[in-house]
Amino acid sequence: MPWDRNQMAARAANELEDGMYVNLGIGIPTLVANYVGDKDITLQSENGMLGMGPFPYEGEEDPDLINAGKQTITELRRTAYFDSAQSFGMIRGGKIAAAILGAMEVAENGDLANWMIPGKLVKGMGGAMDLVAGVGRVIVVMDHTNKHGDSKLLKECTLPLTGKGVVDMIITNLGVLDVVEGGLRIVELADGVSEDELRAATEATIV
Amino acid sequence: MKKVYANATEALDGLLSDGMLIAAGGFGLCGIPELLLNAIKDSGVKDLTFASNNAGVDDFGIGILLQTRQVKKMISSYVGENAEFMRQYLSGELELEFNPQGTLAERMRAAGCGIPGFYTKTGVGTVIADGKEHKDFGGETYILEEGIFADLSIVKAWKADETGNLVFRKTARNFNPPAAMCGKVCVVEVEEIVPTGSLDPDSIHLPGIYVHRLIQGAHEKRIEQRTVRQREDA
Repeated sequence: MPWDRNQMAARAANELEDGMYVNLGIGIPTLVANYVGDKDITLQSENGMLGMGPFPYEGEEDPDLINAGKQTITELRRTAYFDSAQSFGMIRGGKIAAAILGAMEVAENGDLANWMIPGKLVKGMGGAMDLVAGVGRVIVVMDHTNKHGDSKLLKECTLPLTGKGVVDMIITNLGVLDVVEGGLRIVELADGVSEDELRAATEATIV
Repeated sequence: MKKVYANATEALDGLLSDGMLIAAGGFGLCGIPELLLNAIKDSGVKDLTFASNNAGVDDFGIGILLQTRQVKKMISSYVGENAEFMRQYLSGELELEFNPQGTLAERMRAAGCGIPGFYTKTGVGTVIADGKEHKDFGGETYILEEGIFADLSIVKAWKADETGNLVFRKTARNFNPPAAMCGKVCVVEVEEIVPTGSLDPDSIHLPGIYVHRLIQGAHEKRIEQRTVRQREDA
């Protein structure tokens, strides 16, 4: 059985180490916060917060306290607030250890596309280009194939890029791959997924 | 010099002109200068360019100025959640310049610090880099981005003293300080103006040197995505 969303998020959480400052994207990456266990992880929200807490209890929502997905959240004892220029200063400056984010396409050289599909409604890149250019390590969590069954791990991206050569690791429903010299290297297979199955679902070069 | 004005309309008096560039604070609907945006709408000024991370929603924030066709161009990082915006953009009525969010914030901050351009890794190898100067530093490639020197800054803070020293609240700070810094004139709306001397000088987030005009008013502070968790049974 391939991994489900929660299993992918749990696998991504394994990549985080005690003491890390981390930025989580929208979607499956948000679930990673549920699986950090006892590790001391500080979450950054790029609209200006370190130490992001869980959603508030009903009736305790604060319009002045939201995450980068514009959802109401809470603060923690360790929380610090700052402005957007400083927030992206710490991102661009390499102070954030890792970003975990979703993607539409990843190429074997680490190119990432996750912000626009030509001809479709474009909402903008938000902070994605800054994050992938600036943080220490970029981990993509996504389904291995799109809804047509085509590989999202490609030789070259077909969509406009968010960043060039920026992805370090890809976690999909079929397994875990590192971006290395010459292509992707299989790190781990999802439970019950064979290497042949993963290779058959992958267009990118596997080394 | 008196900075405190009675209301948003008076605070903007003499500052608005067709075709001007306005830097606005806020992220989504959080920390937006809602009173000043309403007054800009009522003024009828048009052909505005806004440097603002987002464009509000149809009936709140910058969205209300899109309804009245007062906006010519947006410089933003993310403009979802606004149907009228998309309609005007797709029909060619509205110009849009996408900036990566951190580049947008730094363009404002830099201009406010007298820095007309800076190099960044953000966007290298993407459409954002097209037509921009590339330069290598230490074996890595960077692109040149320019400061945003706005004609007017409109900003929302939580508290101010009468000299314009500002305190923001939680994530409503966001783009407000860099937006405040980059305008020739900065008008600020707050929830409460307190007597000068009652704010802790060590806790001022933005000193009053950046603030020219100031109003106090009641804010709607709309929530865009209300997300909650369930209480565990006692």
